[in-house]
Amino acid sequence: MLHIYCPHCCEYREEEEFHVKGQAHLARPLDPEACSDKEWGEYLYFRKNPRGLHHELWVHAAGCRKFFNVTRDTVSYEIKEVYLIGEKPSVVAASVSAK
Amino acid sequence: MTQKNRLQSGGRIDRSKALTFTYNGKEYKGFEGDTLASAMLANGIDVIGRSFKYSRPRGIVAAGAEEPNAVMQLGATEATQVPNVRATQQELFDGLVSGATNGWPSVDNDLMGVVGKVGGKMMPPGFYYKTFMYPQSMWETYEKFIRKAAGLGRSSLENDPDSYEKINQHCDVLVVGAGPAGLTAALTAGRAGARVILADEQSEFGGSLLSSRETLDGAEASQWVEKVTAELAGMKEVMLLPRSTVNGYHDHNFLTIHQRNTDHISDKAPAGQARQTLHRVRAKWVVLATGAHERPLVYGNNDVPGCMIASAVSTYINRYGVVPGNELVVMTTNDGGYQAAFDWQDAGRKVVAIVDTRQNPQGAQVAEASKRGINLIKGSGVIDVAGSKRVTGVSIATLNAEGTAVQGSVTKLSADTVATSGGWSPVIHLAGHTGSRPVWDDKVVGFLPGPTVEKRLVAGAIAGDFTTAGALAQGAEAGRKALAELGLGQAEIELPATEEVVVHPPMTLFQIPHLKKTSEAPKQFVDYQNDVTAAGIELACREGFESIEHVKRYTALGFGTDQGKLGNIAGMAIAAKATGRTIPETGTTIFRPNYTPVTFGAMVGRDRGELFDPKRYTAMHKWHVENGALFEDVGQWKRPWYFPKAGETMQQSLDRECKATRESIGILDASTLGKIDIQGKDAREFLGRVYTNAWAKLAVGKCRYGLMCGEDGMVFDDGVTSCLGENHFVMTTTSGGAARVYEWLELYHQTEWPDLEVYFNTVTDHWSTMTISGPNARKLLQELTDYDVSKENLGFMDWREMKVAGVPARVFRISFTGELSFEINVQANFGLQVWEKLFEHGAKYNLTPYGTETMHILRAEKGFIIAGQDTDGSVHPYDLGMGWAVSQQKPFSFIGKRGMAREDCVRENRKQLVGLKTTDPTIVLPEGAQGVFDPKAPIPMPMVGHITSSYWSANLGHSIAMGLVKGGLDRMGEKVYYPLADGRVVEAEICSPIFLDPKGERQNV
Ligand SMILES: [Zn+2]
Repeated sequence: MLHIYCPHCCEYREEEEFHVKGQAHLARPLDPEACSDKEWGEYLYFRKNPRGLHHELWVHAAGCRKFFNVTRDTVSYEIKEVYLIGEKPSVVAASVSAK
Repeated sequence: MTQKNRLQSGGRIDRSKALTFTYNGKEYKGFEGDTLASAMLANGIDVIGRSFKYSRPRGIVAAGAEEPNAVMQLGATEATQVPNVRATQQELFDGLVSGATNGWPSVDNDLMGVVGKVGGKMMPPGFYYKTFMYPQSMWETYEKFIRKAAGLGRSSLENDPDSYEKINQHCDVLVVGAGPAGLTAALTAGRAGARVILADEQSEFGGSLLSSRETLDGAEASQWVEKVTAELAGMKEVMLLPRSTVNGYHDHNFLTIHQRNTDHISDKAPAGQARQTLHRVRAKWVVLATGAHERPLVYGNNDVPGCMIASAVSTYINRYGVVPGNELVVMTTNDGGYQAAFDWQDAGRKVVAIVDTRQNPQGAQVAEASKRGINLIKGSGVIDVAGSKRVTGVSIATLNAEGTAVQGSVTKLSADTVATSGGWSPVIHLAGHTGSRPVWDDKVVGFLPGPTVEKRLVAGAIAGDFTTAGALAQGAEAGRKALAELGLGQAEIELPATEEVVVHPPMTLFQIPHLKKTSEAPKQFVDYQNDVTAAGIELACREGFESIEHVKRYTALGFGTDQGKLGNIAGMAIAAKATGRTIPETGTTIFRPNYTPVTFGAMVGRDRGELFDPKRYTAMHKWHVENGALFEDVGQWKRPWYFPKAGETMQQSLDRECKATRESIGILDASTLGKIDIQGKDAREFLGRVYTNAWAKLAVGKCRYGLMCGEDGMVFDDGVTSCLGENHFVMTTTSGGAARVYEWLELYHQTEWPDLEVYFNTVTDHWSTMTISGPNARKLLQELTDYDVSKENLGFMDWREMKVAGVPARVFRISFTGELSFEINVQANFGLQVWEKLFEHGAKYNLTPYGTETMHILRAEKGFIIAGQDTDGSVHPYDLGMGWAVSQQKPFSFIGKRGMAREDCVRENRKQLVGLKTTDPTIVLPEGAQGVFDPKAPIPMPMVGHITSSYWSANLGHSIAMGLVKGGLDRMGEKVYYPLADGRVVEAEICSPIFLDPKGERQNV
């Protein structure tokens, strides 16, 4: 069971309090009507499934009800960072493989 | 029979406290301090079960958690039955009742034993897959037989009378194992004031020191253990947990500890005590000091009772004062095995021989053996054992230097016990639970914990140092390291002086060769619990299962409650050899939680019965109960289902409730409807984006129905939202969908449109909601309020604040029944009071309470959908014939708009929601029934959609149904056929889903 730092509550809480909402940074197209069916289909259904670093959207559902992002290693389940909506991750696949 | 194998003195048992226990219906005696296993051995019980597959007699092999055979059924009564208890871990208590898990009809006269022996060759690995796959129809028969014969233990048929606890713990350092390494780790951390939990699976701390004859500081090791334990017990921040197995190591240092509080006292906990406790620990640092398990060697018929692990023999003698036999042969690949022979001899029984597989063993142990006059046979191995229910003799042969082949002649010796040592395997199970791969170490001849991201340290034998001195030092070092990492300062402890031990190199050997090749030699067991033999592993490799993970699954090596504690390393070595690889190349399988079985009771704790899941009640619940309601679960809500009167069938109740509502007035407790308060200057804009219809012009005091879709255009919830103020709305959702809708709104606000000024709050529980419906609804309401609720003053889809029964209320004139209807909302704590007032005044109108079932019927008569029942995530508003609720004119591309315009959503022949009228009006179609256009079509018939809602309508005098039908909206008047499971084919005509009052005249009065 993960131990997750909520950047809004500023403390570690148990995974039971959170819901994971899948891949982060999936911006809703600003002009949906301008999207082709293929583009809209990709927005709707196509998701990354990386072995390694993954940026995920989480919500502190049974806590402050705020959403935030998590960078998590899907192999070790290590949480590398949490960051607010609208922020960019500082730990990305390239920076880690470069080490 | 008295305790024939009990020594007169010695051991950590109390001979003044005799205990009586029962095994397989027979009474025996033991002493306080015994385990069930030591007491059984003291009484000379050889056979404690039958093996899983071959049904061979099995005896006790080990003295701890690694015991594969002595897995017992415990419990004096039906209610207190517990399966899967290792006799080696069960402390003896007076009145303990135990039985063998395997063995049918009895362990001594086993029916399957005959099959197993005769059919030895008939049961190769993969036997179950190969034999019982076909014909599939027979599988149930096979399974019953196999399960019964294999005897996997059984759970009680009665309720468990005991209670169990779960406790959440947080600590700085969790130390797993209280042997020499764990004790020094805990003491070091504890002295610095760290919050420490020290857990050990045994009844007393000390680990290997409890059965060792080594001294510490020149005295018995147990004295040092007592001193350290006493100091730890005096520390405020230290929690000591004996009888507590750390069973699971989960992500982010979350570990579960299974503590057995009273299992050593009785099979039922004393009044007021929890039998077991499950600790859920979040540890900042973990020190694993789990020790090592000795590996038995693999040789012919090595499963005959009397074949044991060398260190277990020493443990039984030194700790329990039990010598488990008369004539001992020791076989060893290392110095460690010798101790069993010395202990045996000191106990006054005969050591037949020490067989050392090494060509030229040297050192103190060899010298000691020679001094004691023990027959030491070098460069040899025990290749076979005679006997079936007990060892009667051994065959010893000379081996080549590599230990891969037999050389020379075979000597037969008489013996009843064979103790073997094939070296030690670090207990790395917990270290691997979070996915860390173990690493092979040639010097240790075993796997060590691999690298991990967890904040975890290892100390002692688990780290590959099998000496007491090493364990003591490594434990202290781990304690210091944890303190440094935690920034908790420093602490030093004085380590006790140990005896000097010079260890001579062991031989890397797992399987003793036989004269015949493995496939033809007597069975050589690798995994006792799963009956996996060396020949079986070789066969699996020959059949192409090269990956160790595949070998595991094909042979069952390391499966089940055993988790490969004894056999895994030998099994991998044999697989490595068979595939021409090294052990590190072959790798190891993954260990999984739990390390040893955990009872369901401990996992469940107090979350049972009433506390299993939270229940939500409305403010009027008491009234419903008093008035005979039957309840339905809607999410966690308990909603009245219907209100039967004496002597009524369910259908009669529903007919009465439906008719009363349409003829006069009915009342529904609608408090469970989700309610979300929405405020902010952009609230209106936000609503326009998440609903499919328009909200820009909804005036204060008005209500509007809305559909909510996903980005794919599919309906996922619906409800009425009312305008309370220019910047203030209250949204209703389905009862089960409230939490999901709330999170959906927050998701879009927080991640997509944070620029919108809007706030959401769930207010479902703030309000009691009662809906009165029917021609007399207005009359009743008017009697309870001064506000003018006439048609002119409170129109359809209006809401107003007023006092009802003297209580401030919001009254919404909305209708889910198609009748003149008012939804009265009052502050929740006034709910019951207002509800009762309504009944006081409503009696003259025959005010009739109804539940969810009548609500469903009444709305279906009107063709109103229930999201989640008539929709299933593949249905968009146009499929429902609800295009009227979609505004394509809104400037913002609302959620679902683009989705429902996709090619697949606008094609012909989509499944659409229609009404269905059966040709025979008395037949009520089952919900879920699949329709076809041509009932004579060959099977498989093309299916065209299913029934989503179906009821008997007392008001209409015929059945009504709604369902999805391909192209249904263009097929009005056409027939659909529903072939049912009972063979009937029901004909139905497609019609409008609005069966009653299509013009809506009843609600607009
Ligand atoms: Zn939070």
